[in-house]
Amino acid sequence: MKKRVSVHYHLMLLPTMALVAAFSIYPLFGLMLAFQEFNPGKGIWGSTFIGLENFKYMFEIPDIKTIFMNTLSIAVMKILATQLLALAFALLLNEVKNAVFKKSIQTIVYLPHFISWVLLGGIVINVLSLDGIVNEALGKLGISPIFFLGSNGWFPGVIVGTHVWQEFGFSAIIYLAALTGINPSLYEAAGIDGAGRLKQLLYVTMPGIATTIILLLTLDMQNVLNAGFEQILNLYNPMVYQTGDIIDTYVYRAGLKELQYELATAVGLLKSVVSLILITISYFLASKFANYRIF
Amino acid sequence: MGIRLSASERVFGIVVIIILSLLGLSTLFPLVHILAVSFSDKAAASGGLVTVYPVHFTLVSYKAVMADSAFFHAFGVSVERVLLGGAIQFVLTIVSAYALSRPKSEFRSRDVYMWVLVFTMIFSGGLIPTYLTIKSLHMLDTMWSLVLPTAVAVFNIIVLMNFFKSLPKELDEAAVIDGSGPWHKLWAIYFPLSLPSIATVTLFSVVGHWNAFFDGLIYMNDPNHYPLQTYLNQIIVQAAQPTTNMTPDEIERLSKLSDRTMNAAKILVSMVPILVIYPFLQRYFITGITLGSVKE
Repeated sequence: MKKRVSVHYHLMLLPTMALVAAFSIYPLFGLMLAFQEFNPGKGIWGSTFIGLENFKYMFEIPDIKTIFMNTLSIAVMKILATQLLALAFALLLNEVKNAVFKKSIQTIVYLPHFISWVLLGGIVINVLSLDGIVNEALGKLGISPIFFLGSNGWFPGVIVGTHVWQEFGFSAIIYLAALTGINPSLYEAAGIDGAGRLKQLLYVTMPGIATTIILLLTLDMQNVLNAGFEQILNLYNPMVYQTGDIIDTYVYRAGLKELQYELATAVGLLKSVVSLILITISYFLASKFANYRIF
Repeated sequence: MGIRLSASERVFGIVVIIILSLLGLSTLFPLVHILAVSFSDKAAASGGLVTVYPVHFTLVSYKAVMADSAFFHAFGVSVERVLLGGAIQFVLTIVSAYALSRPKSEFRSRDVYMWVLVFTMIFSGGLIPTYLTIKSLHMLDTMWSLVLPTAVAVFNIIVLMNFFKSLPKELDEAAVIDGSGPWHKLWAIYFPLSLPSIATVTLFSVVGHWNAFFDGLIYMNDPNHYPLQTYLNQIIVQAAQPTTNMTPDEIERLSKLSDRTMNAAKILVSMVPILVIYPFLQRYFITGITLGSVKE
């Protein structure tokens, strides 16, 4: 009887698995490109294998180190800045008693998370352009216009800043959930013992959400090579490649614009492997220390 | 609380409200600015006179957008993509989540499927192999390239699966005694009891399809096939970007040339669908976020 039932479950998963086979598993064979000299006429099944030549060539490209460093530094700055502001925001919001105010603020700060980077990019370009409102305001203060999206010094900061703008509210949701989980009697007890707001924050609130903070930072480890492809693709230009070009944008340009399939695949594969290792470590740590399970 | 707040407590409360209000206003500012630009006249917008309210209020930009057939064509492609892609994802997510929510005693291969799905989430062939796969399947320049590779949303499947698992076992047992098979149980019990969770994952998938632009950019050779976001990426973002060998003067001219008010209107019209479903999204998305939360 039980065996007959499971047939239905296999059937329910059949279309999903067919799509996974076509669009996730089959492309894995395409990774062979990273070790081949690609011959478009023969395809990946007929091209010649050349060992690690593509990887050797990759490390000889002068810009490759810059690209990896840009990726890493933008991603790490994003993680730290977003988590810090999200935490501060959650702590402040937690102090608000007025439900209407609370709800309104949340409605506003969650919104940018749902808007695409094409639209947000259009807005950022408008606001930060040479004759945009920010430069207009700086002009009133006697500061000459700054080309935010065209200067290597400003670009990473703009990327991190606009990412924080989009995500800090949404990232605060988990902190807010953790804050409501703290037992109110702890605050009462601390209050009776004479602890003021600050002491309550330090000795009740922070220990209460410490696990959440550590868990989120651990899980963020997976993202240290994800600097925000869609965001950067919508904001960067050749003038800021030096500080704004990241692995994903490089793979896109080298692969689909310059048609260096093998090189682009090799760079992408290197990133995927490092990411896989990071994800494994981060899940291992998260499950060991915070009992985190994804399924 | 019954107790009168001390003066310092009240000051603290006010400071918190002020900081949060400033944070909220600065988050909203760029959006309000764009809104104001879209309703202002061209000269005022490029002269930098517009802040948070329209200057020389006019509907010219919106009229121009309404008459722009390329814009509406791309809008239509996006609507088609959301409906078709959303529907495919909807069905696949529900049946997959249901099968995976069954206990191991009833469905022995459950874990194998689960691992395959999680593996696809954390390791993929990457851009070029995926592109070549779509190409070899002759899906370039078809709607299928936008809706099939995105059809299996593992994250959504896990969210819904966790919800199915949390429903009381007694309901399931009672249905079995009444003679219900797996498909009938899913339809008559799990589906109606899970509507809020199903709404959450459906809204996520709709937003995902509406917002996607990169697949349209690489899989469509003919600009007539671009979904809205890809189209906007080309006309607003790419058109505004300077190239390496431009002098500062040329860059300034380029930015003056770009049609600020028209672009602002296009951005806002494209945002409307998100704004319309946002209230519903907000009601449900918290459940989606707490996925994989700490379990006892």
